[in-house]
Amino acid sequence: MGACSTRSTRLGNRLHTFKRPSILPGFWPAFGYTAIYLSLIVLVPLSAIFFKTATSSWEHIWTVVTSPQVVASYRLSFGASLAAGGVSVAVGFLVAWVLVRYEFPGKALVDALVDLPFALPTAVAGIALTSLYTENGWIGQYLAPLGIKVAFTPLGVIVALTFIGLPFVIRSVQPVLADADQELEEAASSLGATRWQIFTLVIFPLIRPALLTGFALAFARALGEYGSVIFIAGNLPMKTEITPLLIVTKLEQYDYAGATAIAAALLITSFILLLGINVLQRRTRKFLEPA
Amino acid sequence: MKRTLRIGWSLLTATAMFAANPSSIKLLNVSYDPTRELYQDINAAFAKQWKTKTGVDVQVSQSHGGSGKQARAVIDGLQADIVTLALSYDIDSIAEKARALPANWQSRLPNNSTPYTSTIVFLVRKGNPKHIKDWDDIVKPGVSVITPNPKSSGGARWAYLAAWGYALKKNNNDEAKAQDFVTRLYKNVPVLDSGARGSTTTFAQRGIGDVLLSWENEAYLALNELGKDKVEVVVPAISILAEPPVAVVDKYANKHGNGEVAKAYLEFLYTEEGQEIGAKNFYRPRLEKVAAKYAGRFPKLQLFTIDELFGGWQKTQKKHFDDGGVFDKIYTPGK
Amino acid sequence: MSTAALPLSAPTVRVVKRDPLPVQLGLTALALLAMGLFIVLPLVAVFVQAFAKGLEGYRSAVQSPETRSAIYLSLLTVGVAVPLNTVFGMAAAWAVTKFQFRGKNILVTLIDIPFGVSPVISGLIYVLVFGAQGWFGEWFSDHDIQIIFAVPGIILATTFVTFPFVARELISLMESQGTDEEEAALVLGASGWQMFWKITLPNIKWGLLYGVVLCTARALGEFGAVSVVSGHIRGETNTLPLHVEILYNEYNYSGAFAVASLLSVIAVISLALKKFLEHKTGLESQ
Repeated sequence: MGACSTRSTRLGNRLHTFKRPSILPGFWPAFGYTAIYLSLIVLVPLSAIFFKTATSSWEHIWTVVTSPQVVASYRLSFGASLAAGGVSVAVGFLVAWVLVRYEFPGKALVDALVDLPFALPTAVAGIALTSLYTENGWIGQYLAPLGIKVAFTPLGVIVALTFIGLPFVIRSVQPVLADADQELEEAASSLGATRWQIFTLVIFPLIRPALLTGFALAFARALGEYGSVIFIAGNLPMKTEITPLLIVTKLEQYDYAGATAIAAALLITSFILLLGINVLQRRTRKFLEPA
Repeated sequence: MKRTLRIGWSLLTATAMFAANPSSIKLLNVSYDPTRELYQDINAAFAKQWKTKTGVDVQVSQSHGGSGKQARAVIDGLQADIVTLALSYDIDSIAEKARALPANWQSRLPNNSTPYTSTIVFLVRKGNPKHIKDWDDIVKPGVSVITPNPKSSGGARWAYLAAWGYALKKNNNDEAKAQDFVTRLYKNVPVLDSGARGSTTTFAQRGIGDVLLSWENEAYLALNELGKDKVEVVVPAISILAEPPVAVVDKYANKHGNGEVAKAYLEFLYTEEGQEIGAKNFYRPRLEKVAAKYAGRFPKLQLFTIDELFGGWQKTQKKHFDDGGVFDKIYTPGK
Repeated sequence: MSTAALPLSAPTVRVVKRDPLPVQLGLTALALLAMGLFIVLPLVAVFVQAFAKGLEGYRSAVQSPETRSAIYLSLLTVGVAVPLNTVFGMAAAWAVTKFQFRGKNILVTLIDIPFGVSPVISGLIYVLVFGAQGWFGEWFSDHDIQIIFAVPGIILATTFVTFPFVARELISLMESQGTDEEEAALVLGASGWQMFWKITLPNIKWGLLYGVVLCTARALGEFGAVSVVSGHIRGETNTLPLHVEILYNEYNYSGAFAVASLLSVIAVISLALKKFLEHKTGLESQ
């Protein structure tokens, strides 16, 4: 504790440009431990992906990550994640709205259940969803006569990813909606705005950043999701094969370099997304702070 | 701190991997998907035999999964004493990539190290509503076929080659016609699971598909599990002789001091008792005597081998299943 | 800072009944329908199929030795991974929220990384590092230490997957609390540890517990990452979710769902706990 005070002044000065002085103790132990643990558990193992990828030539990497089958899997993974994010935003916003603004019996229960997809093991979710949506499942049997097939089609992937993504949108929007200053709405109302106008001009701009955050989180999570999707996807090359499954397939063919190349592509995308989310969230905070 | 951590880890490892009891031996048999039931029976019988012979208890742990996935695990350090996989290519890979057993492993046991054989048959719905009798029936439009992904499943590779071989024989070895046949076949496949078990579940439990291309043993097992009132087995007139090989993984077996018992375990598979257990689980026995006794279980059909039609696994793998191979082309648009 | 966003605290509810009743009813019905279709029905399906073979079938599936060893392994994994991540979460939150330093945003983003990494990749990285063909594979093998395809690998992969949960939860909570109370304690002559035990810990205890509950729920349920490093040795390296898959693959569907229902019960309990803690955190911060 307080180790920095004992250092020489020169080192101290340099450290002070890194860290602003504070009377609170324990920065260096806490920071040091964080940095070491983070490196050991996350950064060093993750770097293995890039080192392994780098063992093969750029040409090979490029051929792998742009081969038709892999590109088709990006299309499905990104497309389905986007669609699932979209559905999650629509449904999640509705649920958040109802949970924040209305009273109804069993509300606390519904509120608690929102997090179920987060706590339920993904494999269990996958098996359960598949059993619901196949042609003889509880839901599937009513959709089949309408010509709608869910299980083993891209639609099934979207259903699974929506299940995974929904809590993120609801939990992002809920606090913002609850904190939204209702005086603004009252003011708008007394100025003669219709409820639709209040919604589109007052409420929606307020929660837009939160919706975006929720969407980005759901999207990032969906992109990498494996356990719940493989059961319901059908896994046909070029059609219903998600990118994480391709990584596994490559591994099983002993193609480590190919697997890590695709993994690296996926990782970089996720990292950019996470950075984006953090920027978005800073914006959300700025939006809320004056209020 | 570091030291205690290391000790802690090794303790964890030790308790997990080896029960350090000299009067009992622990073997790990890493196997492919449909052999769970077979090796449950074999393990019990072998343990009994080994106990009376040497007085030592043998406990055989099992690990099952797609053949390629299991081989990959052993290459990456899963310490299997024995591997019993779906095809020799996967054990070749362990020999080549991990150098865990010699390259000539296949000549160490009789019959190319395959104590039992199998083939690919059809499992159809009760009453065979789509009238599926032979290979030509499953490529017809409107017939939905379930089979796993040949890239990850050994059984699926045998099924693919069975179809290819049938088409070759029918069309005087015309490769283009064979490819066309197999392409039509995979056009009828709505789901590609990663392993044989996944496909059986899709077919049986989910009710998807009109016909399942299945290991013979897997088909009869499903018949027993699901009931004869739900599905039936159709045997085509011609199919492939599937030879799932077994081997001791010298590197790990020797490390565990299990070399001898591991070898005995595999040899047990060739004994009359071992062969009978195999036959009861619908694996075709090698031993004439046992084969004769269980002849009623195994319908006669014309069988071709991978060596005579395809020139061995290494060549076949490269041509058909590696990236950019024929199987990938089937799924490339415009074909 | 980042945070805010994992399934976090439900807000304090302020009710304004302004929409006309038919709109309220309509929207509520729609929301409930959506929740029912997407979330409740899968849960119900699990339980219905779990009891498909009656109570007896359920009991035998849940009490089999292999299920028991899976439960034991899952508990062991949680017992190591969660405390590790809890200590880390506290250290990270302390450094990040109580001090100003350069590169803080990068640090926080790095902490978030495991959240955005596909479970498959989370398992793969440890294979690349500790596998027989990996960086340290030979060294560990020479010293007879088995990491992947054994318990340590399962614990590592689980630790990776649940890495950010406690940290994220604490960072958002401690950020809102500021540093005034701690500074006051120090000025009044408290030692560093006294300050931590008497001021900081009481302030964050519910938030901390909340993070631990999230972390535990996720650790128990992880499938993809663990599946890559497990080796699937029956009765030895199968966690509960992997055991579900195995039972399912053995035509033991009701058994699979029975074990799945165990996991679902744990999930529901942790949701209830979470709700309770949310309530507590809400009260604390007011």
